Amino acid sequence: MKLPVLLLAAIAIASFAGPPLAAALDIDPQAVELLDRLAGPSVSHPLGTDELGRDVLFRLLKGGRVSLSIGIAAAIAAAALGTAIGLAAGYLGGWTDRALMRATDALIALPLLPLLIVLAAIDLDKLGLPARLIQSDDVSLVRILALTVLVGWTTSARLVRGATLITRNRDFVRAARSLGAGTPHILWLHILPNVLGPLIVAATLSVADVILLESVLSFLGLGIQPPLASWGSMLSNAQELIATAPMLAVYPGLMIFLTVIACNLFGDALQQRLDPRQRRS
Amino acid sequence: MMRFTAIRLVEIAAMLVLMSFVIYALIGLMPGDPIDLMRSADPRMSAVDVARLKLAYGLDRPLLERYLAWAREALAGDLGYSRLFAEPVAAALLPRLGNSLALMGSSFVIAFAVALGLGTVAARRPQSRLDTAINLFCFAGVSVPTFWLALVLILVFAAGLGWLPASGIAAAGTSDIGDRLRHLVLPVATLSLASAGGYTRYVRAAMREALGQDHIRTARAKGASEARVVFHHALRPALVPVTTILALSFGGLVSGALVTETMFAYPGMGKLIFDAVMGNDYNLALSALLLAAATAMLANLAADLAYGWLDPRVVYR
Repeated sequence: MKLPVLLLAAIAIASFAGPPLAAALDIDPQAVELLDRLAGPSVSHPLGTDELGRDVLFRLLKGGRVSLSIGIAAAIAAAALGTAIGLAAGYLGGWTDRALMRATDALIALPLLPLLIVLAAIDLDKLGLPARLIQSDDVSLVRILALTVLVGWTTSARLVRGATLITRNRDFVRAARSLGAGTPHILWLHILPNVLGPLIVAATLSVADVILLESVLSFLGLGIQPPLASWGSMLSNAQELIATAPMLAVYPGLMIFLTVIACNLFGDALQQRLDPRQRRS
Repeated sequence: MMRFTAIRLVEIAAMLVLMSFVIYALIGLMPGDPIDLMRSADPRMSAVDVARLKLAYGLDRPLLERYLAWAREALAGDLGYSRLFAEPVAAALLPRLGNSLALMGSSFVIAFAVALGLGTVAARRPQSRLDTAINLFCFAGVSVPTFWLALVLILVFAAGLGWLPASGIAAAGTSDIGDRLRHLVLPVATLSLASAGGYTRYVRAAMREALGQDHIRTARAKGASEARVVFHHALRPALVPVTTILALSFGGLVSGALVTETMFAYPGMGKLIFDAVMGNDYNLALSALLLAAATAMLANLAADLAYGWLDPRVVYR
């Protein structure tokens, strides 16, 4: 449990604190130094420089900020959406339940990556979204968040629905109902706390999934677009220089790998901690 | 069981119809339309020509009407023409489907063999050093970005050591089987390495469960050898949940290993779908995506059926 947490904390702190720190120290590692292109490791550039002479380490940290933010934000949003859907399906039952669960099953069965590629290629102009959003620098960020949330809610929906079905007829819930408690009160106070543990585990594991998905889409050129950069999109750029500067492609992938494996190990450890029945035997 | 299968098949058919419409509509939302493409290819076209062509191809009509026209033709067996490959869609799909089957099939066999071995070894000695190491390997497999793994393998074995070809399916002008196999090594290695971890976790969990059953104790008590206990008494029940995974991953065959195929320029279904979407090849993208979805859903059904068939305790109604 300790190692993955330490690794995650190190990556997160470096990614979020590194750039402001550099700014505070009045270093501009983003500066383009064309005379110092593709340089090897040195004291001023620990991991060398990229094709525009920018510091590779600093770019990695900035990319990490984007990748991690997307991972965490999308995982939380997807868990929230899944919770709402799971609660609705489990508590209302009947046709609502059947329709929602069919949709969940279908989404799980579908080949996601090909469909996401179609969704990522959609022309936002044709959707009639406000031009201010479409032309902003962050549009690729918003788009990738929407896509990952759209496909990421199924696990938590199933979890929450299952727990709701078990809990909704337990004595304490019946007692609350007979005392006149309304549906929102019951859902929020009596049912939700019972799934919080597994839900947190699912959300932790989905941070890993989201980071992987974002990196794949960005790598294929369909995710994060310049001026923003994530680990996936950095790798995509570095691919063109693979023959001259292979390390430029190796570093971002290594960061993705380390972050994702740390998230997965942490989620797994959390699961065993919270649910002793699932302890590895 | 029959009733269950029939209901599921009807559901799958309904889903496919719904999906065909949704994908049709989504493709309409992608940048550019066929006439725009013609126009960019031939700048001499005037606005009048564009209007005339839109009328001729029916692009001025409403979405639903165009979809129904497509559906009528598709049901009659005409999937249209692929812009990218300049041949009928079916003719473009078939060879690539075969290529994907070869790639995914061999990766699956290798990954599964590795998983059976590692999973069984790990389950026999839980919490041992070996188990911990195998567990780490599993997490690494689940966590590694496939495109990066492919890139590293290319860097090391193709660019660095020069042992293996980095891309394509065969050297130009040869149809030598050895050459084809050499081209398969790196993509297959990428896919197997990335998927063996997940499978191993399933095998280990299933084996742990099976080894804890009463009949294993009985088998040990009556003096069965360790090999017989593991391979005969434990492996068979353990394979039940694992078979489900097998059927489920079969669903991925058609959408193929999109990333791996793209990385290695391997002409399979995954690369075809990516190229079709990126290259505005609407007919091809639509058909390929539907084919992928249909296979995935049928594989899902097969997984459910296999489960009920292998484990008599499961009853479907």
